[in-house]
Amino acid sequence: MSILIYAESAEGKLKKVAYELASYAKKIADQTGDTVTAITINAQDVGALATYGVSKVLKVDDDKLKAFSARAYADAIKQAAQKEGSKLVLIASTTDSLYLAPLLAVGLEAGYASNVVALPESTSPFVVKRNAFSNKAFSFTEITTDVKLVALAKNSFGLVESPASLSEESFAPSLSDADFAIKVEATEKVTGKVTIADAEIVVSGGRGLKGPENWGMLEQLAEVLGAATACSKPVSDLGWRPHSEHVGQTGKPVASNLYIAVGISGAIQHIAGINSSKVKVVINTDPEAPFFKVADYGVVGDAFEVLPKLTEKLKAFKAQNS
Amino acid sequence: MKILVCISHVPDTTSKINFVNADAEFDKNGVQFVINPNDEFGLTRAIWFQEKQGAKVTVVNVGEAETEATLRKALAIGADDAIRVDAKPTDGFFVAKQIAEVVKNGGYDLVIAGKESLDDNGGMVPGMVAGLLGMNFVKSVIGIETEGNSAKIVREIDGGKETLSASLPVVIAGQKGIVEEKDLRIPNMRGIMQARTKPLSVVEPVAVSQNTKTVKFEKPAPKSAVKLVSPDNLDELINLLHNEAKVI
Repeated sequence: MSILIYAESAEGKLKKVAYELASYAKKIADQTGDTVTAITINAQDVGALATYGVSKVLKVDDDKLKAFSARAYADAIKQAAQKEGSKLVLIASTTDSLYLAPLLAVGLEAGYASNVVALPESTSPFVVKRNAFSNKAFSFTEITTDVKLVALAKNSFGLVESPASLSEESFAPSLSDADFAIKVEATEKVTGKVTIADAEIVVSGGRGLKGPENWGMLEQLAEVLGAATACSKPVSDLGWRPHSEHVGQTGKPVASNLYIAVGISGAIQHIAGINSSKVKVVINTDPEAPFFKVADYGVVGDAFEVLPKLTEKLKAFKAQNS
Repeated sequence: MKILVCISHVPDTTSKINFVNADAEFDKNGVQFVINPNDEFGLTRAIWFQEKQGAKVTVVNVGEAETEATLRKALAIGADDAIRVDAKPTDGFFVAKQIAEVVKNGGYDLVIAGKESLDDNGGMVPGMVAGLLGMNFVKSVIGIETEGNSAKIVREIDGGKETLSASLPVVIAGQKGIVEEKDLRIPNMRGIMQARTKPLSVVEPVAVSQNTKTVKFEKPAPKSAVKLVSPDNLDELINLLHNEAKVI
């Protein structure tokens, strides 16, 4: 039997999360004696999935699916799972995959666990560890249905190579008008800027930066690191930065490799939103700021002095190491 | 227009999270419960539709009697009436089934929920409601307007936003942006007084087969102490990030 993954792509190119998901699926498949099948939608080159243990790809190529439709995509994945007889379906925690997941769960009559952070505790019964209470706790959830749907949390597994020989098959799901009942009228997208969702490194500023006019130095640091910029809730509430940059419990979640907090005290709601990041650095004048309790590395100092110095030193470091 | 707003009753964002009963249950002791923030943004938008376009706003919660205080708060903010499905929610699918039943019976044009609750973080209930009823569904909604039978909906996407059009009925999962933080309302005395006499009906749950169950909870392991680096020695910070943490 096969485990089905939805290998997501953007502009025809598979995303890194697709390979992470393949790695994760392959590890489970090795335990259960299954193989891994991927479904791709309008992805051009899918060959690299073989490196991470995928042995079959169902390629959907359909102009109707150029614009994302949660319902149509869920329908396509559902039909792929049924065709393959997959009992386990895996998706990544991207905006689009998490959007279609509940529709897919209903379609497959599958029990669904999101925010899953590790390999299953056991596969029979099927128990997964997931983030809950906004990263303040883990919940161990048993999925009791025959078909199971799991969303792997961002940055929680990594890439593991396990070469397989790959067969590609084109797949044409049957889609209905209802799948396209929602029409996309317009899309506004910032180009050439790293998004918080995709960023390996996030540089985030708080009220300690004193005003929107001081964001230049944070942006320079971000540029050197190839990082996305973010901000705390007070900063977005004050209108210093757009809401789309607000990270925290009521803002965007961050699960980057490195999170650098500058002038952010570390309110419990902020920490909850960024705690899935692997390594946390805090730069703050107040050594009593709560962020120091959750950070891996800390600098007690004035951001206005530390940031420009750090940016210069990183520039030199990058020049040396590239 | 008839609007149903789904209200989750969740621990306040500052709550300490602890577990009891051999780590199988959340410890409610001393915890303040609130309207789930993502739901409150949606509720506030619904009240806007009520005031500007004469919409009727019903709030619903799936929970035991203790959640009525949270529903009364939603009534104090301005909802017209409330429904409590009298059950202890077991998982997201259970809640979705109950709400789908309420939607079916009430004939709502617009169902607004938050994109996720702060306790379970499942992010699945509104999508499942739509899936169960075959209704249109939009997630991560940061704007909605309606005209007649159609809605213009703005959804947040990675690095931007997308404007969509859909015909009603529609289910949306909202978040901050659907209204701004400053638009949120603190119930005034008049609202609180009125809320006491607004209708709150209690309905029986429908039977649902169990899809998932929580086996136990666990708190993250305590963190080791922060390594402090002097602001005069930032080379050391770069060295640690490169050689020890291996993130740059």
